[in-house]
Amino acid sequence: MRGSGRTYWRLLVAGFRRQSTYRLAALGGLVANATFGFLKVAILFAAVRAAGGELEGYDVGAISAYIWVSQAMLGSVNLNGRTDLAERIRTGDVAVDFLRPVDVQGAFVATEVGRSLFAFLPRGLPTLAIGVLVVGVPLPDHAWALPLGLVSLLLAVTISATTVYLLATSGFWIVETRGLQILYMVLSGFLAGLFIPIWFFPEWLAVLASATPFPAMLMYPTDVLSGRVDGSGALMHVLVQVGWLLATVAAGQWLTRAGRRRLEVQGG
Amino acid sequence: MTETIVRTEGLGRDFRVRDGLRRRTVVAVEDLTIEVAAGEAVGYIGANGAGKSTTIKMLTGILVPTRGEVRTCGLRPVPDRRRLAREVGVVFGQRTQLWWDLPVRESLRILAAIHSLSAAEERTRSDELVDRLELADFLTTPVRQLSLGQRMRAEVAAALLHSPRLVILDEPTIGLDVLSKQRLREFLVEERRTHGTTLLLTTHDMGDVERLCDRVLLVDRGSLVFDGTLPGLSATVGAERVLVLDLASSTPDLVDVEGTRHQGSEGGGLRQRLAFDPGATTAARVLAQVSERAEVLDLAIEEPDVEDVVRRIYASRR
Repeated sequence: MRGSGRTYWRLLVAGFRRQSTYRLAALGGLVANATFGFLKVAILFAAVRAAGGELEGYDVGAISAYIWVSQAMLGSVNLNGRTDLAERIRTGDVAVDFLRPVDVQGAFVATEVGRSLFAFLPRGLPTLAIGVLVVGVPLPDHAWALPLGLVSLLLAVTISATTVYLLATSGFWIVETRGLQILYMVLSGFLAGLFIPIWFFPEWLAVLASATPFPAMLMYPTDVLSGRVDGSGALMHVLVQVGWLLATVAAGQWLTRAGRRRLEVQGG
Repeated sequence: MTETIVRTEGLGRDFRVRDGLRRRTVVAVEDLTIEVAAGEAVGYIGANGAGKSTTIKMLTGILVPTRGEVRTCGLRPVPDRRRLAREVGVVFGQRTQLWWDLPVRESLRILAAIHSLSAAEERTRSDELVDRLELADFLTTPVRQLSLGQRMRAEVAAALLHSPRLVILDEPTIGLDVLSKQRLREFLVEERRTHGTTLLLTTHDMGDVERLCDRVLLVDRGSLVFDGTLPGLSATVGAERVLVLDLASSTPDLVDVEGTRHQGSEGGGLRQRLAFDPGATTAARVLAQVSERAEVLDLAIEEPDVEDVVRRIYASRR
């Protein structure tokens, strides 16, 4: 018995609603996302032009698409590693989560995905719109870049949730997870391709990045949505994402089960 | 025969704790055998570290027992955790199950989703709890802005939304003012009367036990040392009563009144407390003796203080 789909759907809606209570924060996020978007435009456009109009397969239009799609996703994927769950595990309040007739991981992921999806409304879509209107973003060549891109996007926010879940549940063993969370924050943006596309990395670093779930949270969906990869390339990205989703879900299930046995440590 | 809601047999739990560089084993619950029938209201009392919370965690499937058997609502708590969660509601006085940044109403909605309540069930039960716990005034207030008393009422609503058969309350009245405590107790008494809910509560507040429970389980160092009624608990250690006397003038301590034990004096002997065993003497006889020495302005008789009783049971076992 895994709990009905309807239950998780309602948890997702709850996460969506919950995020909607932070309107001012969403506005702040939008301003930050757009500002950094312009910063990236200044730097990366200059880099592409200095390289003679094309850099690692990116021309100015492609780099613009990369910048604005990735900036639009930023509010929806968790690259800072902070979660309420980590705090609940630290204080022992997580005991309450185990007293509910739902899978703890499933409930967390559903709620987080709900929050992520809400963030597209006040942050993601306006950021993209600013990019399209002010800088200009070329449309992808292929009609199905959009549907496949949306699937990739949904996978990306889900992988981000299942990955920060692993970070939070490590708290069953190490009590204070802040150090790990900061490490995550430092590594995730860089390896996800937030600052520059991971395809600009030297070979060894690109390989290293691909060995982490981070590109699956940002680089791959950005590639698919912007139309930088198409056909089998796009499908490959999505398949790799599915692989990361399954791996992180399995690891999370295992950590949950093992963590329950450790629960006694915190809080009488 | 009534149904058994909780049954444990030789239940025990050890913890491995780090003690400097070495590790040692601490026995939190040693060997607990209890049975609670449907509809009972049981106070589970004992000092800090007596193993109360550990027992609750084993009953609800949060903790795996080290030894022994446990069945809650006929289920095995750990493997059947999620089925059991539909039958049990737990209120932790010091933990929250509400969403800090959401209005109370929203938390109740999410919990209804978690428990897969139908829209009709949700409405009926929600309305009932809002009405009886008087939540209407702050239903749209974010939880972080509630007073402790309001929050506890919301916590209780959250734990009882799915109409559990067994309600476990871990220190439910901790930190509450007298009025809030009273309201919460009245609600629980009514909930039990109307729905036949079984109550199991741990508490340090003997008022909770007196008002809510018809049975007391006393644990010491992880073992059951008493199982019976509250008056029965007092009787096991001798039901001493205390006569509090307000005297007209300062009087030397009344240490030699026959059949009594002088407990203390205040205000230079203006108020004196004499403990006596009602089986050995009577309040009237004590009063007559005191009146020979001092003018009595006022008097009160105190019933046995349960905390004191518990302390004495503990002391007699050490």
